[in-house]
Amino acid sequence: MNARPYGCEDLLRFYREMLRIRLFDLKAAELFAQGRMAGNIHTYVGQEAVAVGACQALEPGDLITATHRGHGHCLAKGGRADTMMAELFGKATGYCRGKGGSMHIADLGLGILGANGIVGAGIPIAAGSALASKIKGGREITLAFFGDGAANEGVFHEALNMAAAWRLPVIFLCENNRYGVSVSIDRVTNTADIADRAKGYGIPGVVVDGNDILAVCEAVAAAAGRARRGEGPTLLEAKTYRHRGHYEGDPQSYKPAAEIAAWKERDPLDRLKKTILAAHPDAAAALAGIAAAVEAEIAAAVRFAEDSPYPEPATVTSDVYAADNERSVAR
Amino acid sequence: MRTVTYGQAISEALREEMRRDPAVFVLGEDMGVMGSVFGLTKGFLAEFGASRVIDTPISEAGFTAMAVGAALRGLRPVVEIMYVDFTPVCFDPIANQAAKMRYMTGGQAAVPLVLRAPGGAGRRNAGQHSQSLEALFTHIPGLKVIAPSTPADIKGLLKTAIRDDDPVVCIEHKLLYAAKGQIPDGEHLIPLGRADVKRPGRDVTLVAWSRQVGFALEAAGILAGEGIDAEVVDLRSLVPLDWDTLAASVRKTHRAVIVQEAVRRGGYGAELAAQIGEELFDSLDAPVKRIAGLNVVSPFSPALEDLTYPNPGTIAAGVRETLGRQP
Repeated sequence: MNARPYGCEDLLRFYREMLRIRLFDLKAAELFAQGRMAGNIHTYVGQEAVAVGACQALEPGDLITATHRGHGHCLAKGGRADTMMAELFGKATGYCRGKGGSMHIADLGLGILGANGIVGAGIPIAAGSALASKIKGGREITLAFFGDGAANEGVFHEALNMAAAWRLPVIFLCENNRYGVSVSIDRVTNTADIADRAKGYGIPGVVVDGNDILAVCEAVAAAAGRARRGEGPTLLEAKTYRHRGHYEGDPQSYKPAAEIAAWKERDPLDRLKKTILAAHPDAAAALAGIAAAVEAEIAAAVRFAEDSPYPEPATVTSDVYAADNERSVAR
Repeated sequence: MRTVTYGQAISEALREEMRRDPAVFVLGEDMGVMGSVFGLTKGFLAEFGASRVIDTPISEAGFTAMAVGAALRGLRPVVEIMYVDFTPVCFDPIANQAAKMRYMTGGQAAVPLVLRAPGGAGRRNAGQHSQSLEALFTHIPGLKVIAPSTPADIKGLLKTAIRDDDPVVCIEHKLLYAAKGQIPDGEHLIPLGRADVKRPGRDVTLVAWSRQVGFALEAAGILAGEGIDAEVVDLRSLVPLDWDTLAASVRKTHRAVIVQEAVRRGGYGAELAAQIGEELFDSLDAPVKRIAGLNVVSPFSPALEDLTYPNPGTIAAGVRETLGRQP
């Protein structure tokens, strides 16, 4: 991890954003295990460097599509912990007014075009957003987060092909955490790197250490520059690992214990912390302050969620349509 | 008034809306250089340019999902799926993405997208190019579905659909593209969810949409010669449904015969029959009847295809049965 291009404040900001995700998801997992949340959740623990590294390289006007494992993407793009926690609780104050839950967090004002419960579905939606930018003539770019599993969906290939042919301002960022639920990528894929597929579409394919936030940040910055210059898309593959199960409650019996232990040795937060302290030994107090502030933010988010009301019953039939909702829902 | 074909009416609707609103663009297979396989976008590439008249690769799932993404960004894409039979290839962006975005995001997202899809049998196109799949779409909350039968109706409804802030599936019938009809001059808009009584009558209500409206009118002509006065209600829009017009007609005639080209099982006609049965039972003098396609794969041979779908003769026969009349 080469800290040189970044100042101490940058590195501390990166750390703070990663810690927000880590503590949010650990708290969500704890609450879920206590039965205080319905449905199911997929935590981002272990992959924080990818979302934060990517979003730190984007401009505020840029857009993202996220995945079912999307809490980290939302927070990294500037989302609020309290509003998202309230959504996980199914409360009226949540991002989706309690209608979407964990897998459908969106904040269109922040450029978060939505998490998605369908694996791979956000990839062509991101390409479509980039098409809109091209038609409108805007400078904003769109980044699609997706996993290694999604790279085996047909729309991955369709979207890469069209985005490449039309030089759309989009970044395809594959978070290869090595497992599609229980199936390891090497059992269902004949190549070592997803990034190799870029060659088939005539665009750059870049492999990056997904647990090194500075490497992710630099790779996304390069891809963003290329997209903004009208040179077209890039396929980035961030090699990373999820520490917890596919969903909360998944015992991960399909993963070798040694593999989990080895990846935890490469924990992205620990690594950044070491880098910061190596370059800035006097930053220990600042790191402690960040930890306290983020813990307070997450605790406040839980209180906000718990204190918020459930949606009004009448809202069950609203928002299906923009206008004429009543008649179109009735029949 | 002018006389134009149904296909020309679609072209007029698209061209007028693209001239009116720069957010409107069309994409699909063969839409640009070729002007669409049915010739509906001829001249569009020259007028609007390649960024708004997009020739896509044969990637229905990918480009339909891209249209969803563009719609989320405030554009108004009009997607053509060359045959409605290909929509199962891109059902995820239609059913899971476009339809659900507004609700799942608590009202934040709008997907103002129109998906045009020619359907229907009668061209000897066999199993994968002849279906009527409107019930797949009417089943999905969040989608609106129109299936107009005349040039004036398709123009007015398609223009409204493009301006609508929800995803609208426009089911067109391939065998209507050459059909001619009168169309009003100037701006012509028809609200979604308003049926049209194409023929008033006293004795029975024939409910139809798309190409079957013409067949129902022909059947009504046959029946008139037998002293049966049939009312033909053209739904035009399936979701939203103009229940008031439909119910008023059934309350007047006390009999409902629903005509659909789609296979009988699970069709939109079954939904209409259920609603009429639930809410208008006391008005009915006979069971609600469905005249529909057979529950088979669309056959190729003309000798078989003609047996598969309703026609004016089978519709008239169904009405006689409902009225207890001998032919």
